[in-house]
Amino acid sequence: MSTGTSIVKPEMPERHFLNDNYGIRSWLLTKDHKRIAILYLLSITVFFFIGGIFAALIRLHLLTPNGEMFQADTYNRLFTMHGVNMIFFFLIPSVPAVIGNFLIPIMVGTKDLAFPKINLLSWYLYIFGATFSLIALVSGGVDTGWTFYTPLSSGYVKSPVIIMAVGILIVGFSSIFTGLNFIVTVHRMRAPGMTWGRLPLFVWANYAASLIMILGTPVIAITLILLALERGFHIGIFDPKLGGDPVLFQHMFWFYSHPAVYIMILPGMGVISEIVTCFSRKRAFGYSFIAFSSIAIAVFGFVVWAHHMFVAGISVYSALVFSLLSYAVAIPSAVKVFNWTATMYKGSVKMDTPMLYAMAFIGLFTIGGLTGLFLAALGLDIHIHDTYFVVAHFHYVMVGGMVTAYMGGLHFWWPKMTGRIYPEAPAKLAALITFIGFNLTFFPQFILGYMGMPRRYWAYPPEFQVLNVLSTAGASVLSVGFILPLFYFLWSLKYGEVAGNNPWQATGLEWETSSPPPTHNFHEIPIVTKEPYAYGEEGEEVPVVH
Amino acid sequence: MAGQVDALYLFLVLITTFFSLLIAILIVFFAIKYRRTPERQAEQIHGSTLLEIVWTVIPLGISMVIFVWGAVIYYHMERPPANPLEIYGVGKQWMWKFQHPGGQREINTLHVPTGRDVKVTMISQDVIHSFFVPAFRVKQDVLPNRYVFTWFKATVPGTYHLFCSQYCGTKHSGMVGDVVVMTPEDYQTWLASGKAEGSLASLGEKAFQQYGCTTCHRPDSGARGPNLEGLYGRPVRLVDNRVVLADDNYIRESIIEPNAKVVSGFQSIMPTFRGVVNEDEIIAITEYIKHLAPQEANPLNNRTSPTQIRDSEVPNIQEHQQQQNQQQQGPQGTKPVNPSGKKP
Repeated sequence: MSTGTSIVKPEMPERHFLNDNYGIRSWLLTKDHKRIAILYLLSITVFFFIGGIFAALIRLHLLTPNGEMFQADTYNRLFTMHGVNMIFFFLIPSVPAVIGNFLIPIMVGTKDLAFPKINLLSWYLYIFGATFSLIALVSGGVDTGWTFYTPLSSGYVKSPVIIMAVGILIVGFSSIFTGLNFIVTVHRMRAPGMTWGRLPLFVWANYAASLIMILGTPVIAITLILLALERGFHIGIFDPKLGGDPVLFQHMFWFYSHPAVYIMILPGMGVISEIVTCFSRKRAFGYSFIAFSSIAIAVFGFVVWAHHMFVAGISVYSALVFSLLSYAVAIPSAVKVFNWTATMYKGSVKMDTPMLYAMAFIGLFTIGGLTGLFLAALGLDIHIHDTYFVVAHFHYVMVGGMVTAYMGGLHFWWPKMTGRIYPEAPAKLAALITFIGFNLTFFPQFILGYMGMPRRYWAYPPEFQVLNVLSTAGASVLSVGFILPLFYFLWSLKYGEVAGNNPWQATGLEWETSSPPPTHNFHEIPIVTKEPYAYGEEGEEVPVVH
Repeated sequence: MAGQVDALYLFLVLITTFFSLLIAILIVFFAIKYRRTPERQAEQIHGSTLLEIVWTVIPLGISMVIFVWGAVIYYHMERPPANPLEIYGVGKQWMWKFQHPGGQREINTLHVPTGRDVKVTMISQDVIHSFFVPAFRVKQDVLPNRYVFTWFKATVPGTYHLFCSQYCGTKHSGMVGDVVVMTPEDYQTWLASGKAEGSLASLGEKAFQQYGCTTCHRPDSGARGPNLEGLYGRPVRLVDNRVVLADDNYIRESIIEPNAKVVSGFQSIMPTFRGVVNEDEIIAITEYIKHLAPQEANPLNNRTSPTQIRDSEVPNIQEHQQQQNQQQQGPQGTKPVNPSGKKP
């Protein structure tokens, strides 16, 4: 814990991982987890904005009911590419591969991940796989929807489905490698004194997500291979014309893709636990409950997949079982929300940008989670399934939840990654704009869904137009909230205030080393003697302003 | 039904509003009340097992209420009504085709009377579609390999949206239509004005003869194929000694893939009619076969377990007992699939 007086202006450390080596080779052949994290940061930012452009075009198109802007085929490609890009090339790698890659070795007090070369390989696989999606994009784009339902995807559409499937397959391996690295690192490389009970909640959350990555991802790999075999060689697996069963595909697809939702959200929850404790200067309320709820979510997450299939023709009994189990997965999420809220109680709360994002996360994730209860209720799901209600629900979880957490985490650890602090005023403004824009975009979609507007519609009945216009207006506000950080983050690299080791006076090993950290993270491997989140220790100085 | 779904929806809206507001108010209140000041230190609290139990048990309790409520509505939706008006639907890229029992056909429009349970049995000709009528709160994915059904009871005459809600390719959003709800009198008038070429069963009979089915499927004992009279809704013993129920899915499979389930006492000599007959014709032929059955109410809903039926009740069993014993080791029966698969 830094007890130095903050009157002395901090200076940039002389040597750190960013200036240890120069040249393109030093980056492309790096085995340093922090540099790989930066590589991931740059690449997923590119894909976030590509996916964002698709989203903007979709919203523009839906301004009018009669499909006047794009051809139906183009529109179908837009929402497919939006989904594929955002899910496989942005959301799944976002927090784990960027923030997790950077922080997990430092948080557990070691020099690097267990397998640094595999870590680099995972980035190359990501780039290689993502390139396939770009090839699919320039050769016309895929129009199956990101869910690739058979037999449409295997026997009917004429777009480059196999190229896209191969791309996702390859990116899947990058995800498996990241998960493997995290699990081994957390098990084997913790610093002396870093017991499981002292692990930061961010590490717990990423550990849980890693379990899903290595157990679930192989299933999507197999599913996509089978899809490609049927499409390429007419081997009958899913298409009834070839003797297959189309619902089998949905079982296999969702067996991965539902747990994948937790790959996306769990690391974000970890970010929130770090931010809420730091900006409330409080121990995490119910540390072990938050930690184990992550594991519970990972485990329960594997047995709820068929709640995506209540109208797909599954039996009444399996629908009942999967509905019941879906409620089981809701409970640990609720426990987390209550614990974060309780952590703020009697705290010393400072609403800097990361905290604003964390508060937005708690609110939006609560709505996203609760609307999941609507969809898990059998009789009600029949009506709202495949409507805009579903679209609104998962954007509340994925954007209101995960992207908000990612932005919060990026602001929180930006000083650690770059050594400089982002400018607070525009950052707060961006957080506010994002919050308003987000709600304006997606809240009307709940209503549209209950009114019966199906998703993936290129044209729609005119009575849905007003709410669609509202949604599109919201999207334009939202885009400002996402573009603004791009500018001030870049600005801060040169002009930002020098951060010093611990600008937030936070606990955690990452704040004990310099910002940016040296290549080997610590000059000496730390010995951990304290509980996590040991805020309120004797002699602590709490920054009132920074 | 719509009223029940809306009631559950309203309940969930209240729950969601309550908890979202609770959390939002709490975090904003804490952020303001406990805002950082130089004078005050945070008060460290490790947690409270009692509170953890409380906020685990309460959401669990509420969840279980929602689960049971939703399950009851769903169970009701999935049970076919007794004595419904039976309509058949075929989904294809990108249109809906409907056939009424009287032989009336329509495309992208479905006329139904008020006050009567309407059961729509559907199949897809290509990819997966989904039959969605928001006003009735019903939705059912329409699969290419087996029949599924949904049912509703319209109460107010009018025109309602029919959507395809499962993405099915280029013109997915063009696969829409109208459900026209009429008073029973208007519906009768509409039926009478239709240009039906004859009842659905009579269309089926024509197809049955046209495809030469009668060559083998005859009532006499020397026939090469099983006699289809009285078949529908009855259990059938197969060469591998399994017993299956002769329902719509079984009949369709026997036309498309005749060797999948060969009736005990017969040889697998029937050629496949895949790509020869279309789904509309199969529906008509099935309707014809139903009419060959002795009068029995609502055979599709026959829930009797096939295994409970004695052999003597099974058509073709006694007749071919001898041959059955000889042909036990037939090549068929490797597929342990239940043809009716769907809703128990």
